[in-house]
Amino acid sequence: MKYLDEYRDGPAAKALIAAIDKAATRPWVIMEVCGGQTHTIVRYGLDQVLPKHLELVHGPGCPVCVTPLEMIDRAHAVAARPEVVFCSFGDMLRVPGSRGDLLGLRARGADVRVVYSPLDAVKLAEANPSRQVVFFAIGFETTAPANAMAVWMARQKGLQNFSVLVSHVLVPPALTAILGAEDNRVQAFLGPGHVCAVMGISEYEPITAKHRVPIVISGFEPLDLLDGILHAVRQLEAGEAKVENAYARAVRADGNPASRALVEQVFEVCDRAWRGVGTIPRSGYRLRDELRAFDAERRFEVEGVRAQESPLCISGEVLRGLKRPADCPAFGRQCTPETPLGATMVSSEGACAAYHAYGRHLDARAAERR
Amino acid sequence: MCLGIPGKVLDVRREDGLLMATVQFGGITKQACLEHVPEARPGDYVVVHVGFALSRIDEAEAHRIFDLLAEMKALDELEAPDREVP
Repeated sequence: MKYLDEYRDGPAAKALIAAIDKAATRPWVIMEVCGGQTHTIVRYGLDQVLPKHLELVHGPGCPVCVTPLEMIDRAHAVAARPEVVFCSFGDMLRVPGSRGDLLGLRARGADVRVVYSPLDAVKLAEANPSRQVVFFAIGFETTAPANAMAVWMARQKGLQNFSVLVSHVLVPPALTAILGAEDNRVQAFLGPGHVCAVMGISEYEPITAKHRVPIVISGFEPLDLLDGILHAVRQLEAGEAKVENAYARAVRADGNPASRALVEQVFEVCDRAWRGVGTIPRSGYRLRDELRAFDAERRFEVEGVRAQESPLCISGEVLRGLKRPADCPAFGRQCTPETPLGATMVSSEGACAAYHAYGRHLDARAAERR
Repeated sequence: MCLGIPGKVLDVRREDGLLMATVQFGGITKQACLEHVPEARPGDYVVVHVGFALSRIDEAEAHRIFDLLAEMKALDELEAPDREVP
């Protein structure tokens, strides 16, 4: 087993689809939470081979997409400073802020670098004591342990020239916000596998209990998603609403206790704005007060930077599962992966980008012509 | 972005105060921090996200879905729908 190709097996997928076909007697709306799951569903066309009355809607689980415009603008303000080496995951470089993206800033001479891991940014700071190294610490719970470890190591090493621009978000409050909306259509979730590998599954239990929706923790390969859908449909058909773990090869019930402990030492829960969605209470992390010396927003005094979102883009509704990418008049026209207008087109994991990458904008055009 | 990729641990060592591993993903190898999955041994598979191992893959659990499929096959003579899986 290499734990990858085996989960892309065609005959096995067919058998699961047949089982879903048999189990689903009524229409259901299921949301996959993660952008990575959306990507797999669209890439392998899983939505096109499922029973017609099963609707998959795409969730908000793409941290690049939901990082608010003003955080991008703050990143710009910090990265433009001559003493700064600004480090980020690659996907963040193309996200448009109010004045272009970080890639454009780099073209104009700013020292903006892509790192594979936050720990690489710490190494950069050690190697460049005369520069200020800033890491753009975005992500969901999945990324929090690595980002926390970077801050922890910087403190351990007594680095004065390392800081992080934190824009961390959390999945459970977003699910609660989606379910609490008047126009919510979601009846079950495929839960975020890698988030749960860190956090465990218990924090989803109050959500299933309160809102009576099944949550099936799912992986990211085609068979993982079909298996997750089968579990969700069986619960829906039986009138059940519980948390199930369909990704147990990577997710333990209590997650990764060492990771959770470190995250808790470094971060504390705060309100966060989600791009396209708005502020969700207690939906993110910020650095704990005792570590605020590593807070780039403070160090470079960019806390006051504010921004206004473009009114053209419907990504907020796409992120909440209310609309599909093709419902947007700009999709595939003014808004493409090369010139993204909004959140869900900027990252390859965004729903609009996934639809575009696998030619769904062409389907929409063909439908128009008919 | 929460992309977690399963890779095979090739070696484990302590480096700069951290437990680190060389991890093989298909044809390429990368360094990953093993600090939170210290039980992983060479030969084990771990899920790595941004250079950080999040969990060790449980081999028994990894087979569950195939056991389930075999069971389904044995139990019923379900006809697969004649739609093609791409």
